[in-house]
Amino acid sequence: MLEYVFYILSAISIACALLMVFAKNPIHSVLFLIGTFFSIAGHFVILNAHFLAIVQIIVYTGAIMVLFLYVIMLLNLNKESESTKPNIVKVAAVVSAGLLFLVMLASFKESIAIPLPEGTDGIGSVKNLGKVLFSEYLLPFEASSVLFLSAMAGSVLLAKKK
Amino acid sequence: MELIFKASLVVAIFVVTLLVALYSTFAERKISAVLQDRIGPNRAGPFGLLQPLADGVKMFMKEEIIPTTSSKWLFIFAPCLAMLTAGMSSAVMPWGGNLIIDGETYSLQVADINIGILYILGITSVGIYGIMIGGWASDNKYSLLGAIRASSQMISYELAMGLSVIAVVMMTGDLSINEIVKGQPGAHWNVFYQPLGFIIFLICAFAETNRAPFDLPECETELIGGYHTEYSSMKLGFFLFAEYINMFVSCALIAAVYFGGYNMPFINDFGWSPNTVTIVGTACFFLKIAFGIFFFMWVRWTLPRFRYDQLMRLGWQILIPLSIINVILTGLGIIVFK
Repeated sequence: MLEYVFYILSAISIACALLMVFAKNPIHSVLFLIGTFFSIAGHFVILNAHFLAIVQIIVYTGAIMVLFLYVIMLLNLNKESESTKPNIVKVAAVVSAGLLFLVMLASFKESIAIPLPEGTDGIGSVKNLGKVLFSEYLLPFEASSVLFLSAMAGSVLLAKKK
Repeated sequence: MELIFKASLVVAIFVVTLLVALYSTFAERKISAVLQDRIGPNRAGPFGLLQPLADGVKMFMKEEIIPTTSSKWLFIFAPCLAMLTAGMSSAVMPWGGNLIIDGETYSLQVADINIGILYILGITSVGIYGIMIGGWASDNKYSLLGAIRASSQMISYELAMGLSVIAVVMMTGDLSINEIVKGQPGAHWNVFYQPLGFIIFLICAFAETNRAPFDLPECETELIGGYHTEYSSMKLGFFLFAEYINMFVSCALIAAVYFGGYNMPFINDFGWSPNTVTIVGTACFFLKIAFGIFFFMWVRWTLPRFRYDQLMRLGWQILIPLSIINVILTGLGIIVFK
């Protein structure tokens, strides 16, 4: 049962991701990306990480993609205003994407699945996640929040400059 | 048996949600009439009670117009999305305690997920897309302006809303709405312990549902009809209806998080059977929701609309700092009193 759900979700996420790349209209692109994020949240639910799933929806689909959509609507981008790149740039893009694919393939080929240790049923629950974040990974957690603060301060500085 | 009960509960909640939204439109017209010293609708049926049905028939019968310049599929998709997200939030709401039928216990909540309150925040944040896509797909500058106003307003107020909920979660120690309701037995409602958080949450609920005094996305003096300028017939009906469903769900959320949900004082002193207590509790919950809806309408027909810069200043410079202060105060209170 869960296996079928996984295959359906994977099909949706890959289809949405491809459509996102190939869509001519930037708004359609953004909407397909939202679909991709939703199906990834579904994957988190299958993996019993409900908190991550809902955070994925709140942060990515609910906030970041809304801002994306907002900016694209304001800029009013459409097919006519899309600039065409010179051929050499296209070739370079294809080559670098191919190289990235090769590296990913090489790293995944040697990887082995690590089995879950026993007794980790509620590993994705809020309580366990909170305990781990505030004990074992306290320093990285705080460091990343400082990173967010500096990003915020930077944007305020840029906006106030003129 | 469990499955049948859950399925019938889902259908019942859906029907009740639609009915409440239907009669909210009627209540809105009656309440506005009372506040403006008019009589209000009284022609269709006794006291005008069939007015919502007449409105619905009118909506269905009107001519369907889809602008030729617009993106057709997205234009149709947007109202569907607005209705869908409006109806999804009620799944995690605890409508009552437990019913005991033939010795088995059934919960009057469809899904008691352990992150219920986050689920509702997530659904609210996705609810913006219906308005945004509708506004963009109409290919009309007023619609687009309405959509942009709606999205920036909802994003700004979501932060303060989340922060005010955090204070309640800190007191309860759980993200499940059922646990939050259970944590306020009798008259120990959160509103008495979290007055500041409650006021912030209430203001944000007005902004999130796009109700006056924050109805800038559809303010008719500036934007004709805002994001639904180009919509007609039942698609317009869906947008308007989704607003009433959202209002019902946010009133239910306010009642559950701040007013004790299905709890009422002295309910255990009457010596009633558990089933009676559950049913009275559910009735009590709906009474609280009804008062909430009345309050929403009262405010709409009393206060004038905010200006856009006032709206943004209120959200970012007043409500967010206040809710952060509220979180800190709650933390201090927990340390001192526990």
